[in-house]
Amino acid sequence: MSVATEQFQYVQELVRERCAIVLREDKGYLVESRLAPIAHSLGMDGADAVLRRLRASRDSHLEQQVLEAMTTNETSWFRDLRPFNALRDCVLPDVLRQKHTDKRLCIWSAACSSGQELYSVAMLLEEHFPLLQHGWDVQLIGTDFNSEMVRRATSATFSTVEVNRGLPASLLVRYFDQEGANWRVSSKLRQRVHFMRMNLVGMWPALPIFDIVLLRNVLIYFDLGTKRRVLARTARQMGVGSALFLGGAETTTGLCDELEAVSSGGSTFYRLKRGDR
Amino acid sequence: MRALVVDDSRAMRSILSRILAKAGADEIWEAGDGREAIARIESSGSPDLVLVDWNMPVMNGLDFIVALRRNTDWRRVTIVMVTTENAQSQVVRALAAGAHEYLIKPFDECALLEKLDLLGLYSPEQAGRSALALNSQGHI
Repeated sequence: MSVATEQFQYVQELVRERCAIVLREDKGYLVESRLAPIAHSLGMDGADAVLRRLRASRDSHLEQQVLEAMTTNETSWFRDLRPFNALRDCVLPDVLRQKHTDKRLCIWSAACSSGQELYSVAMLLEEHFPLLQHGWDVQLIGTDFNSEMVRRATSATFSTVEVNRGLPASLLVRYFDQEGANWRVSSKLRQRVHFMRMNLVGMWPALPIFDIVLLRNVLIYFDLGTKRRVLARTARQMGVGSALFLGGAETTTGLCDELEAVSSGGSTFYRLKRGDR
Repeated sequence: MRALVVDDSRAMRSILSRILAKAGADEIWEAGDGREAIARIESSGSPDLVLVDWNMPVMNGLDFIVALRRNTDWRRVTIVMVTTENAQSQVVRALAAGAHEYLIKPFDECALLEKLDLLGLYSPEQAGRSALALNSQGHI
C-alpha cells in the first residue's frame, strides 16, 4: 500500500526537523519499505496507516520508532579499508607521539550504527599499538541517534553474515567468541568501548576533546546548513593534532574553514588549520 | 590475476567465477574437488588466488590446502576458504593449514570483494582491474 502525499510530507518534515535528514520527493518507496516492519508489528496495513496513527496520536514512542526506521544503518568491519590504513600508518603514530606525556587518547565514532567501526578501531589498536596497554587512558566512544543500534553495539553480538563483511578471519579468531549461531566481541574489547545515544543535530552531551573523530557517511544525508553546523561543532570537539575522517563522498570544502584536507595512503582526512586551536 | 575456484557445486563455482570476473580476474579455472584442483595446477601452473570449499568428495578443501602448502612452488598462492563450516575451531584449522582468509556461506558479493580487498587482490576504486599483491597476508 503506497504512502499518500499528505503522509509522505508529514514524515519528510518529521525527519528533517528531528534528524536533519533530507528525504527527496521520490523516496516514497523508502518510507514504505522502512516502515513496513513497524506496520506489521502493530497489525496495520502499511506505512500510510502507521503515519496516520502517528499524526493523530503524537505518540512519542511510535515517533522514535519511525525516526529510527528512517535512518540508515549500513556498516561493516574496517569499512572502505583505506581510512584504517591511514589511521594505522599515519594518524595514530602522530597522535601517540604528541600525547606521550599526557598518555590520553580519545576516539569518537559518531553515528556508529551497530558498532563495527569502533570495534574495528579497538582491534587495530590492540594489534598495532601495544604500548597503549602501558599506562594510557584510552577512551573509545560510539554514539548514534538510533537507540536500538546503541543497544546492539553494546551487546557486541553479530551474525555470521555480519562478521563476513570485511573482518579478517585472523581477527575473528582472536577477538570473538562464538555463541551459538552468533559471534560476540571478546570481553577484553567490550570493556574498552562505550556507546551512547546522541542526536548530532540535537543537544550534545558533555564530550571529551577527541584526537580522532570518525564521522563517515553521515553528512551526505544532511542539508547544507546542517552539514556546516555539525562540522563546526565537531571541530570544537577536536584537539591539537587531531584528525577527522569523513565518508569517501564527503568533504569539508566550502563547509568548514577551520579544517583542511590531508591525504595519506589513498585516504583523505581533515586536520584543524594551524592556529585554530 | 589467475584464479582457481574449487567447489563440488557447479552453481557455486559459477557464482564465485562471476564475482571474480567482476574483481578483474583475467583467467578463471574451475575444479570439482581438491584432487582435480591439484591436477589443474600441475598441468597449468600456479594461480594467484584459490577459492576453495571445505566439504568436497575425493579430496576435501583442508587436505587440498595442506597439499598445496607442502609444495614450495605453490606457496605464494593466496587461498580463501569459502564454506558452510561455521565453527570458530574450523576457522582456526583452516588458517593454521595455510588459508589466508575464510568466508562463511551464505555470503553476498560484497563480502567476497571485501575479502579480496583485504588481500590486496581487488580495489573498489579500481574495479575491473586486478591489483595483485601476491602472498599478502591481508593483515590489519
